[in-house]
Amino acid sequence: MSAPQTPTAPAGADDDAAEGRVYTVSGEDWDEVVAAANEARDFEGGERLVINMGPQHPSTHGVLRLILTLEGETVVEVRASIGYLHTGIEKNMEFRTWTQGVTFCTRMDYLMPFFNEAAYCIAVERLLGIEDRIPERAQIIRVMLMEFNRVSSHLQGIGPMGMELGATTIFLQGLRMRERILDLYEMITGLRMNHAYIRPGGLAQDLPPGALEAIRTFMDGAPKLVHDLRTLIDANPVFIGRTKGVAYLDLASCMALGVTGPMLRATGLPWDLRKSQPYCGYETYDFDVPVTDTCDAYGRYILRMEEIEQSLKIVQQCVDRLAARGPSGPDDPVMIRDAKIGWPAQLSLGPDGLGPSPEHIAHIMGQSMEALIHHFKLITEGFRVPAGQVYAAVESARGELGAHVVSDGTTRPYRVHFRDPSFTNLQSIASLCEGGQVADVIPAIASIDPVMGGVDR
Amino acid sequence: MGVEEKLPSGLLLTSVEKAAGWARARSVWPATFGLACCAIELFQTGGPKHDLARFGMERASNTPRQADLMIVAGRVSQKMAPVLRQIYDQMSDPKWVISMGVCASSGGMFNNYAIVQGVDHIVPVDIYLPGCPPRPEMLLDSILKLHDKIMNSKLGKNRDREITELEEARLGLSPLGLAVPEGSEL
Amino acid sequence: MSGPAGPAGPEEVHGAQAAQGAVPAADEANASLPARAGEERLAEPVVRTGMFGVATTGDTSGYGRLRVHRPPPLESSRPYGSYFDTVADALGAALQAAGVGYSDAIERVVADRGELTFHVRRQLLPEVAAQFRDDPALRFELCTGVSGVHYLEDTDRELHAVYHLLSITHNRRVRLEVSTPDTDRHIPSLVGVYPTCNWHERETWDFFGIIFDGHPALTRIQMPDDWKGHPQRKDYPLGGIPVEYRGAKIPAPDERRHYA
Repeated sequence: MSAPQTPTAPAGADDDAAEGRVYTVSGEDWDEVVAAANEARDFEGGERLVINMGPQHPSTHGVLRLILTLEGETVVEVRASIGYLHTGIEKNMEFRTWTQGVTFCTRMDYLMPFFNEAAYCIAVERLLGIEDRIPERAQIIRVMLMEFNRVSSHLQGIGPMGMELGATTIFLQGLRMRERILDLYEMITGLRMNHAYIRPGGLAQDLPPGALEAIRTFMDGAPKLVHDLRTLIDANPVFIGRTKGVAYLDLASCMALGVTGPMLRATGLPWDLRKSQPYCGYETYDFDVPVTDTCDAYGRYILRMEEIEQSLKIVQQCVDRLAARGPSGPDDPVMIRDAKIGWPAQLSLGPDGLGPSPEHIAHIMGQSMEALIHHFKLITEGFRVPAGQVYAAVESARGELGAHVVSDGTTRPYRVHFRDPSFTNLQSIASLCEGGQVADVIPAIASIDPVMGGVDR
Repeated sequence: MGVEEKLPSGLLLTSVEKAAGWARARSVWPATFGLACCAIELFQTGGPKHDLARFGMERASNTPRQADLMIVAGRVSQKMAPVLRQIYDQMSDPKWVISMGVCASSGGMFNNYAIVQGVDHIVPVDIYLPGCPPRPEMLLDSILKLHDKIMNSKLGKNRDREITELEEARLGLSPLGLAVPEGSEL
Repeated sequence: MSGPAGPAGPEEVHGAQAAQGAVPAADEANASLPARAGEERLAEPVVRTGMFGVATTGDTSGYGRLRVHRPPPLESSRPYGSYFDTVADALGAALQAAGVGYSDAIERVVADRGELTFHVRRQLLPEVAAQFRDDPALRFELCTGVSGVHYLEDTDRELHAVYHLLSITHNRRVRLEVSTPDTDRHIPSLVGVYPTCNWHERETWDFFGIIFDGHPALTRIQMPDDWKGHPQRKDYPLGGIPVEYRGAKIPAPDERRHYA
């Protein structure tokens, strides 16, 4: 590592771009960095300690590195270092077709894969101009899965929050409910996580037989599970003591830092994209947007529990609508009926696994040459999307998840960028923690509920 | 390490091996290196339905000094690789590594500039577990296989002999385990 | 409507408007495009040659002779539709009150697919952004982030930085796009106007090499600190390794054949 440099350009630039001290690190030089930082500071007689909450840490919700400057127990400065999970998903998507892009973007924020897929697919559909031609059955199932995802993501946020505060029971209770939701995902999409189920044009396949009954069974037991969890946590004096008044972020700060989602709604502003800029038919569902106004970690927790309850309400409405529609068929497809876009193969489970159904194969091989050509072209190269750019945003469990998709008219995305809510919300960690106790850093991070896959992409 | 490594090979060493293997396999403390999606399935494996506590493994030791097993769960980026190695080095012997998921085993679907194409570039791996992500049952299966491996592992002189034999056997293999003629592309 | 399924002729690659819908009359489809004669188009630089990977002289398909010229930059003319005109008028008024010329600041305006994009000249970007944030008729309080796009063949306008703004008061969205040549990649930073751009600008610097003047700490954020190069640029390889199977080796994704 080199000694701290005078403010010059960051590595690789040819111009003055940095102001202030720039430390270049190249690994295994932590001692030198700390020594230099200590020298550079004006200590004023206090005793300052630079502590690294390293990327491998039980309480940082993934591979987040926090560099804390402590004076006693008080946090004087917090710097977050991210990028430990950077996967290059956005660049990878430029070398795959539009449909294959779904399998990549679903692994970004791995706790809410359906939201990633939905944001991307809505953007692609807007580029194609088919947004209002997506079959209604597909929209209903999309909404249902997204709301289930909101529930399971919040449970995975509240569970570790409890565990990090020392209460592993909360973690296990959350996992218990989440396990049932994962079983539902597996039944509907085939996978417990990273589903690649929402595709541009609709869905990969319809609900399997028995899915609605399984969902109903879950919904019967869900209120009790949520009630158990709330009884465990809501009035718990230790939990309240550790989260009330901690990690305060008011409305002006949220606006300045671009924070959205439960953190914004905990300040009292009822901003929810499902209500203000609806997509996927959200305007037809009856639900409330929970709001608290304490701006602290406890308020965010209460908000998340209420969002779970509202999401279950939406799921119930989806189930009722699907039951009223009956099973899918030629009149009620789940993929757009456009031979040049819609995924051609109706999938079915055969003795050798999942693949195009025998009816579809008979059709393309025996009955229709055009269908064969469409099948071939769509699966090998994919559909073409007219040139242009679009920004589509959904209200995910953590905030506004936006997909900025640029097309140049070919079968592959030209540039895909995801505006991930965790990335922006995590910027506020300094405002949340500085000036507080070091023990308050843990509930602060937990109340942001970042997912490092989304932060680093 | 301990006195058991210094025993002369023979009946005593074999009995000690069995006892040590039995003991070590019964309470393996994972240093969970939960990185990405596989970490979530790791949590679910520790949850009530698939229970890691039946193996004594629910106590994930957050400090690598007290950990026996490193489950690399998730994609390892170039930035994370030195950290991974440092944690591995901080663990004390005996230690084992399960690379959970395809991203840890081989880079997975991310064949690009940012991801290390397999953690075996960085740490020696005992069990490779494919899946994206692997189901909790698959992880439990890999843990059972690891327990087998631990219970049957040798100590001291026997271990040195075993390592030499395995090395010599593997030196002649091509990457795919096929007998490859000279000058071919593989 | 979706793009054509057959091979795209030169006309169809130019601009989205022409590709939408059934075959429209030429003047209707191009009504919103700037008038460009055939000779002007032929004078544009060639962006792509050939299609379906044909490169050798043995090509009998004819796709090898395809030459795609740089498509003209989209520009929309008034009225833009929906709330876009209100926003453009309010912006004009706000800039005038601030003493900034509208056409000095705004290069062109595109209203496409239900979204409004202002192409802003980079020197005046902070002023324009400040007006977007402060003017009561505009009130775009939230900036949802910056990202970059690298158009490799667009000489002198290679790197674009795209800002998405959201107005909670009026429930509107707008996009600001700034372009800069590769030889002089500087854009004034918006951290003073929208502090949320801090990490986003760092990320854009990290991935594209755009230097944001005035940023308090422009350092790498996603890549390791000593990484060389800017990965998401089009001239940076994807960097994969060939994958070995039994009896076959498949090259990395960016080196495989593709039909575009």
